[in-house]
Amino acid sequence: MRQRRTFIFSCLCFGYAFLYIPILTMIAWSFNDSRLMSVWTGFSLRWYQALWQNEQIIDAALLSLRIAFVSATFATLLGTLAALAMSRLGRFRGRTAFSGMLAAPLVMPEVITGLSLLMLFVSLQGLLGWPAKRGADTIAIAHITFAMAYVAVVVQARLTAMDRSLEEAAMDLGGRPMGVTLDITLPLIAPAMLSGWLLAFTLSLDDLVIASFVSGPESSTLPMVIYSKVKLGIAPDVNALAAVIVSIVGLGVLAAGWLMLRTARRHTTGAP
Amino acid sequence: MQESDNNQFRNPWEDPAAAPFIRIDGLRKEFDGFPAVDGVSLNIYKGELFAILGGSGCGKSTLLRMLAGFEAPTAGQVFIDGVEMTHLPPFARPTNMMFQSYAVFPHYSVADNVAYGLKKEGVGKGEVRARVQEMLELVQLQEFAKRKPRQLSGGQQQRVALARALVKRPKVLLLDEPLAALDKSLRERTQFELMNIQDQLGITFILVTHDQEEAMTLATRIAVMDAGRFVQVGTPTEIYEYPNSRFVADFIGTINLFRCHQRGNDGTAVVACEETGVPIQADLPEAELPDAFDVAVRPEKIRLSRQTPEGEGLTILHGMVEDLAYYGNHSLYRVRTDQGKLVQVSSQNAHRSAELALEWDEQVYLSWPKDCSVVLTQ
Repeated sequence: MRQRRTFIFSCLCFGYAFLYIPILTMIAWSFNDSRLMSVWTGFSLRWYQALWQNEQIIDAALLSLRIAFVSATFATLLGTLAALAMSRLGRFRGRTAFSGMLAAPLVMPEVITGLSLLMLFVSLQGLLGWPAKRGADTIAIAHITFAMAYVAVVVQARLTAMDRSLEEAAMDLGGRPMGVTLDITLPLIAPAMLSGWLLAFTLSLDDLVIASFVSGPESSTLPMVIYSKVKLGIAPDVNALAAVIVSIVGLGVLAAGWLMLRTARRHTTGAP
Repeated sequence: MQESDNNQFRNPWEDPAAAPFIRIDGLRKEFDGFPAVDGVSLNIYKGELFAILGGSGCGKSTLLRMLAGFEAPTAGQVFIDGVEMTHLPPFARPTNMMFQSYAVFPHYSVADNVAYGLKKEGVGKGEVRARVQEMLELVQLQEFAKRKPRQLSGGQQQRVALARALVKRPKVLLLDEPLAALDKSLRERTQFELMNIQDQLGITFILVTHDQEEAMTLATRIAVMDAGRFVQVGTPTEIYEYPNSRFVADFIGTINLFRCHQRGNDGTAVVACEETGVPIQADLPEAELPDAFDVAVRPEKIRLSRQTPEGEGLTILHGMVEDLAYYGNHSLYRVRTDQGKLVQVSSQNAHRSAELALEWDEQVYLSWPKDCSVVLTQ
């Protein structure tokens, strides 16, 4: 029994170590004074200062955030509509085909998605003259296309789990279909829509492959900049950037956990 | 009070001149070619508490959902108060429904739940508040008006659902298994509350249930449903005392069935029965009887005695107590007759003394008068 516990405990430690030691090492090295990754010469914040002054990285980060925000919002909108159609329209013509095509981007290799979208944009440019150049717009469109499928899956799961009689009751009480969707359905799937939005935001933020295919010369997203910098050798300011990102994500997770705990407490104590 | 011309009828359904409040005419619903409701016609009168009773999958819920407007009938018509409703959407019907799952909106407070229907109707703010208050008082939830549904018990949520359905003053209230999710004592209390509320408001109730006890206690009339059709429609007494088929007899309460043959042409009141060895006394229907049919007897109609019973028109069997169960207010006996047929008998324990109490393996006579024998041909 005791042996078993020791074994399980060491497995746990090893697993966590495997996950987090690389990240922690990277954060530690971001405070190294030296340019070299192999020698520790002392504690310094100079790479954070260098990061702050690196316009290329700052611009790329802002561009990534902008694209992520826009594409997550549109993906949530379209994905929710698709989920509503899938779970509330009954058995319409072509439902099976639609359902399969909605899930396809989830399993499609990113290289294929990226390549096909690139070809689409190129031929559209030839035919219609739009998009005039590839850049933030085309990246956003590409991200909407594949993130929409993730949102649809998340929202559809919530819609399927939802008690249909809630909507029927609202309709029975005099609600028109549109009103019922606004009064009952949307508030109840809002948490799923929020998770879908966050998922789409994250997917867009760290996508490298698809963005590389459909971006233009003047629009490099943050992952693209990091990747190209690392190709020229590990730069300490990239370490600093990673540390900043990890702290932001960590804080976000902590805040979300705290919020959830607070709501759960409120539900159990019954206070308004 | 003014005397009407047709006051010789105590109940509207006995009066052929009475206009039905709800008229269901040849209603049919198919799912993928399979009929869930298979041509049902029915008149329901104003102020009735009508129960549709049947096992799961008999089509009773589909029928209710067609009345509410959630399912479009394949064929047939529905009229409520003289207006055709067959193809109207739920929000355009003067019906409200109480769902089995209660379907209380989780993100609204109790008061907002009840107010929803009135707001959709465009009722003014002040009136909404007054009517919601009135309804919450009716279901005794005034103190809970600001609570969210998750802070309420199942019984309280059900009362919210009831108040929400009644606040719009529907012409018909539809109830889908209203008491199924409540525990026994709460169920009994709610039964009486429902009957009181129905009495107070005079709204016509149609309820769907699989629980025969619930139907018997609540309803003015019951329709027993099987495989998409009504097997029998009648008052609880009619259904219980005069079932028209083996299905109804079996579904409502327990009953003893004896397989019988008519003895020659002379027997008008006596039928032969191999299962009992002795003929059974019964009032035979006027219509021609088939070669084989059943005679049904309710367990509480049979008397047990140690001495040979005497009387006109009694069917008398002899057997041995094989099993007995004491329930306090009554006891259940299973008696094996000399011919090997197992008969269920229930008897009231009206007296406290145990001198009459029968024991296991005791020899007894069973007897019942002929008007308690029900002849079932289908």
